[in-house]
Amino acid sequence: MSDTDSEVISFFVREKMLEEQEPPLTERGAVKWLRENLFSSWLNGLLTIVSLYVIWYILSGIVPWLWSPTWSLGSLSECREVLTGLGETTHQACWGVIRDRWQQLLFGFYPSDAYWRPTLALVILLAGLAPVLFGSIPRWFLLFSAATPFVLFLLLWGGPIWTPLLVGVGLVLGVVAFRYLVGVNQIVAVLAAIIVPVLFWLFLVEPIAFELTYTAPIGLEFIPSKDFGGFMLSVVIGVAAIILSLPLGIMLALGRASDLFIVTKLSVIFIEIIRGVPLIVWLFTASLLLNYFLPPGTSFDLTLRVIIMVTLFSAAYIAEVVRGGLAAVPKGQYEGADSLGLSYWQSMQLIVLPQALKISIPGIVNTFIGLFKDTTLVVFIGLLDPLGLTSAIRASTDWNGIYWELYVFIGVLFFIACYGMGRYSLWLETKLQRENR
Amino acid sequence: MSVTENIPTRQIDRSQMKVSDEIAIEITGMNKWFGTFHVLRDINLTVQRGERIVVCGPSGSGKSTLIRCINRLEEHQKGTIMVDGTELSSDLKNIDKIRSEVGMCFQHFNLFPHLTILENCTLAPIWVRKTPKKEAEETAMKFLEKVKIPEQANKYPGQLSGGQQQRVAIARSLCMKPRIMLFDEPTSALDPEMIKEVLDTMIELAEEGMTMICVTHEMGFAQAVANRVIFMDQGQIVEQNEPKEFFNNPKSERTKLFLSQILGH
Ligand SMILES: Nc1ncnc2c1ncn2[C@@H]1O[C@H](COP(=O)(O)OP(=O)(O)OP(=O)(O)O)[C@@H](O)[C@H]1O
Ligand SMILES: [Mg+2]
Repeated sequence: MSDTDSEVISFFVREKMLEEQEPPLTERGAVKWLRENLFSSWLNGLLTIVSLYVIWYILSGIVPWLWSPTWSLGSLSECREVLTGLGETTHQACWGVIRDRWQQLLFGFYPSDAYWRPTLALVILLAGLAPVLFGSIPRWFLLFSAATPFVLFLLLWGGPIWTPLLVGVGLVLGVVAFRYLVGVNQIVAVLAAIIVPVLFWLFLVEPIAFELTYTAPIGLEFIPSKDFGGFMLSVVIGVAAIILSLPLGIMLALGRASDLFIVTKLSVIFIEIIRGVPLIVWLFTASLLLNYFLPPGTSFDLTLRVIIMVTLFSAAYIAEVVRGGLAAVPKGQYEGADSLGLSYWQSMQLIVLPQALKISIPGIVNTFIGLFKDTTLVVFIGLLDPLGLTSAIRASTDWNGIYWELYVFIGVLFFIACYGMGRYSLWLETKLQRENR
Repeated sequence: MSVTENIPTRQIDRSQMKVSDEIAIEITGMNKWFGTFHVLRDINLTVQRGERIVVCGPSGSGKSTLIRCINRLEEHQKGTIMVDGTELSSDLKNIDKIRSEVGMCFQHFNLFPHLTILENCTLAPIWVRKTPKKEAEETAMKFLEKVKIPEQANKYPGQLSGGQQQRVAIARSLCMKPRIMLFDEPTSALDPEMIKEVLDTMIELAEEGMTMICVTHEMGFAQAVANRVIFMDQGQIVEQNEPKEFFNNPKSERTKLFLSQILGH
């Protein structure tokens, strides 16, 4: 028995090579995919069927509502008439309101002949952000980025060109003072870099701007913040707060992690107080309480106050996210930087923060997305954000009683913005991952 | 581990290894506490320029703490440390000056993972010494060639082997043109075959007359290049001697015990 076995095994020569064959039908393409992903077991198959039913149920409610030939109609009653005439139910959207009022939803009560200004501002904003966000554009372009805030301010609020220009000059003076004095003494240089521009802004900007406006009245028509509204208001508050809160949050995180007792405690107190109170309370503080503290007669723009409050609020969250990142940077990195003789700020800027921020990207973007959506809370202090405008639109007789169409439109706008931020965060993470390994 | 292990195969060139009268480091009556724990007790140590000192001792004896005090990664509480004639005090100017004169290599390399090898090497010269970028890069390439990895210049630390990373760390320190080098167990996180390449680099440095203090348990290295071996225990310097005497004729009981454990006699 065993003799023959060994003979069979040890004596084998293939005479005809086998052709390549297709896998059996069940192992191919769609069938395989279905089997592996949807019906791999009885329970899985059951769940698939239940899920499909739920999806169908939801879509069968939503799609007919969305699919409604009402784009050209001018009022809600007209919509109802047409839909009944078509023999359809009134459970259908009335899209005429979007066609009629989309400009208002986007721009609020901003004068319609000036719509180009916020639109251009958005284009410039994106162009100015690009080098910062994608980091592959030459350095000189960053100067353009630095100039954008002033251009944006001028475009959005208008007024004489001189005020934003002089504010920018103040910053340049600060940089010059720092450069000039840094060789003498670091602390003096930092103080000068803060004091010089502040003094310039407080005492020189107004008279100089006044003189210049008198001699050369160049500028755009002034548009007060109370005319701002709609999605544009959300973007203005959101973008300003995002851009301002990132550096502030980083400073707070560094403060909290620092060795200096007072700095640490102040940062902790600031973060905990801001974080411990709901945003809506801070917004009410901005709109009501600040009036008591400000000298009588000063009317400090409400939108600016809101921007400051939202900035402080999100800075507290950013600080905590960045603190997590700082804690994740190994101690050896600090020691490596120290042992090479790098100063505190150099080691933070060059070694620690790049690594800490990389770790913190998902958390930071998450905070920004939350912040952007929270800008809709300003409706409670009387600013006309998109949600506030829905009531304004309903107040007209044409559109009395319309809700969902407006909310869907606003929801889609916010979704696009927030989804974009989320994708950017993923892209940045993979890019940095790739670069370092 | 035996004394003969990792001894360099080639003849060591001692022509440049000269100890001068100039004092590089002078530590007098130095004490340090971690909270209430007295880690370093009355340390007195003078290092002449050109000396190569090996520090050894059992784990927790304060070797790392001692050399970390020399460039102020740890702060001492009593006594004085003079480096190149500058006293280490809380004056930030002095600390920065000393740190840029004293290079340090760590057990875990501490390279910056987000920068390329070349950027790791040029960072401090550019930002601390204000060297122009091009010049800094040339210097960096020179030292990378010296540690025999110029071809890795544009890779990231994560892509290199441990031995290569440690050699980059040495090159990074050298780019600052330090007058003193400190090594804290530079080979103890490495696989045996990589230890030799790092030790060879260190031996080359010694041959060029660099002042070095190495915490290491590589006794072969100590015998080959050190001119003094210091044995520490419980935060104190227990014995110091020239290597031959130290290994063949240890005086204190603690040293004998330690040597018998580490050399496996
Ligand atoms: N930051 C710190 N805080 C408190 N205690 C510390 C700190 N760093 C070190 N120690 C303690 O000080 C003692 C000496 O530590 P050190 O790292 O100098 O020892 P070592 O001789 O280098 O040991 P090893 O050979 O294990 O590296 C140890 O007991 C250690 O637990
Ligand atoms: Mg140690």
